[in-house]
Amino acid sequence: MTDVVATNQTILVVGGGISGMTAALEAAECGKDVVLVEKNAALGGRVSQLYRYFPKLCHPTCGLEINLRRLKAQRRVHLLTSAEVIGVTGTSGDYTATVRIRPRYVNDKCTACGECAKVVQAQFPDEFNYGLSQRKGAYLPFNMAYPQRYVLDPAIIGTEDAERAKAACRYDAIDLDMQEETMAVKAGAIVWATGWSPYDAAKIQPYGYDRYPNVITSVEFERMMDPFGPTGGKLLRPSDGKEAKDVAFIQCAGSRDRNHLAHCSRICCMASLKQSTYVGEQFADQGRATIYYIDIRAIDRFEDFYTKVKESSTVDFVKSKVASITEDKATGDPILHGVDTEGYHRYSNRHDLVVLAIGMEPSVPKDVLPVDVLVNRNGFIEMDETNGGIFAAGCASDALDVNRSVQNATASALRAIQIINRTAAAVPDSAGVEAKHALAAEG
Amino acid sequence: MDDLNLAMRDRYRNNFLQEVEANVEEGEWAKMCMQCGVCSGSCPFGPHWDHPPQEIFMMIRANKREEVLSSTSMWLCTSCYNCIVRCPREIPITHIMHGLASYAQRLGLAPKEQPTRKFGLMFWDNIEKNGRVNESILGIKLYFMNGFKEGVKTAYKMAPVGWNMLRTKRFNPFALIPFLHKRCKKRSDIQAILRKAQQIENARTVRFGTAGG
Repeated sequence: MTDVVATNQTILVVGGGISGMTAALEAAECGKDVVLVEKNAALGGRVSQLYRYFPKLCHPTCGLEINLRRLKAQRRVHLLTSAEVIGVTGTSGDYTATVRIRPRYVNDKCTACGECAKVVQAQFPDEFNYGLSQRKGAYLPFNMAYPQRYVLDPAIIGTEDAERAKAACRYDAIDLDMQEETMAVKAGAIVWATGWSPYDAAKIQPYGYDRYPNVITSVEFERMMDPFGPTGGKLLRPSDGKEAKDVAFIQCAGSRDRNHLAHCSRICCMASLKQSTYVGEQFADQGRATIYYIDIRAIDRFEDFYTKVKESSTVDFVKSKVASITEDKATGDPILHGVDTEGYHRYSNRHDLVVLAIGMEPSVPKDVLPVDVLVNRNGFIEMDETNGGIFAAGCASDALDVNRSVQNATASALRAIQIINRTAAAVPDSAGVEAKHALAAEG
Repeated sequence: MDDLNLAMRDRYRNNFLQEVEANVEEGEWAKMCMQCGVCSGSCPFGPHWDHPPQEIFMMIRANKREEVLSSTSMWLCTSCYNCIVRCPREIPITHIMHGLASYAQRLGLAPKEQPTRKFGLMFWDNIEKNGRVNESILGIKLYFMNGFKEGVKTAYKMAPVGWNMLRTKRFNPFALIPFLHKRCKKRSDIQAILRKAQQIENARTVRFGTAGG
């Protein structure tokens, strides 16, 4: 694993979500060597947790499959999973990143047969399903996980479970002596694609996410639709497992709010419009979705989607930021209280389930960011000359949807390539001479 | 901003919005409201308001001067601060409501029979005369705020409470007798301070025409 050969001609991509994968592949397909570092045990990031994309309503697994194929065919990308960048020193054209690799306890002999998971007893909240279900202490992160290898939870190491897993493995793939490693990776340029996290919904006190089981977030709702997800693809209420036929969506849950995130998270309007179609997909005319909003932000082709959803007889729109939610103790129904802006009518509306269209915040907070870059007041990395050869991609740079993240990542890859080319031209080693010739040939 | 933009901005900032910005405490925030409605939905007295805060902000921007200033709405604010805490733009709504009420009072447009206003005036009168609050007199006046008959009824109803307060020395009956109750020393100084404050406030008030203008 430590046989990574990296030079100042290498581009380091931090984060293996859709943005990081895109940046790594674009750079590699341009002939650059790339080290791709992913914190989780598998690539894919938040996109792998989505059921459908807006506005075309196709499945992200399809795009993920294409990217994984590109990656498998690409010898220039060196992938490190369960790995985190904990420090970066140096300047543009000559960086050294310290990468910490957590032990996976499973080597590359793993065939993903799943025998280890069968014998392990300990269970943990499944991160992939935002804790809505449990996974074993030996697990495949998700069905499409790449690398397609199991992982042992560090909590079972030293227990009988670990021994049972080792005994069950017929391929000698489990290595309980694996240790944490730290390595130095050289790079000429860095693409920082660490993505986003959903804002902590419990902080929005009046909505009672921490008190009422039938108040969930949009990312959790998304997992419910996955046929392999925590509810087997059914929209069920967490409190009693009843079908959630009447779903309320609350927009700007944590976004555009100086008490929480000051910025607009950009994706939530379209996400809720998309998710309102899930209710229709599941219950047809029996389903009902109500979207509570300040204003709907959908432009261009997104506006066409909005118009289409608005025409639906099963989707209602209420122009109002919900003031508070209470719970009917007997039924577990959440009741939404507020005043609408079109006529100032006071309402107390009962629904089966409330989905908070939760805001997006950078997954690496400003104060723990291991690189020296300019960060704006919302925590996103600014495009700035003082950042040198470090470029943010995707949601590390701003609240972006997948489409715009991919565009943004491609642009960042191009900027990183420019740094590498300049470095190559300045240093007359063999690679540099080659690059110089290439530049000369291009005129 | 170039001149054209400034000119357009001024057209949108109608007279009443400018008046609120100039003369009402924290009034410059009125234009920041994005009409989300959280304040109205969070107000415990919300159902009793003619116009909830969100609507008041919109009315200010729609130049509805008379309707806003003569409204009873902002007099219902109990300063619970729910709206300020929840406002996504951190608009000091409570302060603006009190600011509007007090501005309406200064202009003589406040609703005459609004009980909060009546009590406020009584409180002010009491403090101005004595240099401190005489709670006994203020309490009795409050009983008789709605006429003699009502006052006797209320006093009778409250007698047991008064008796208990008397026993535990929380109430001094001598404070009800003129010239015997405690006033602050040199209350003429306090009155001078209040007059000066009034003067400063009057000087700072920008004159605006009446509605529409």
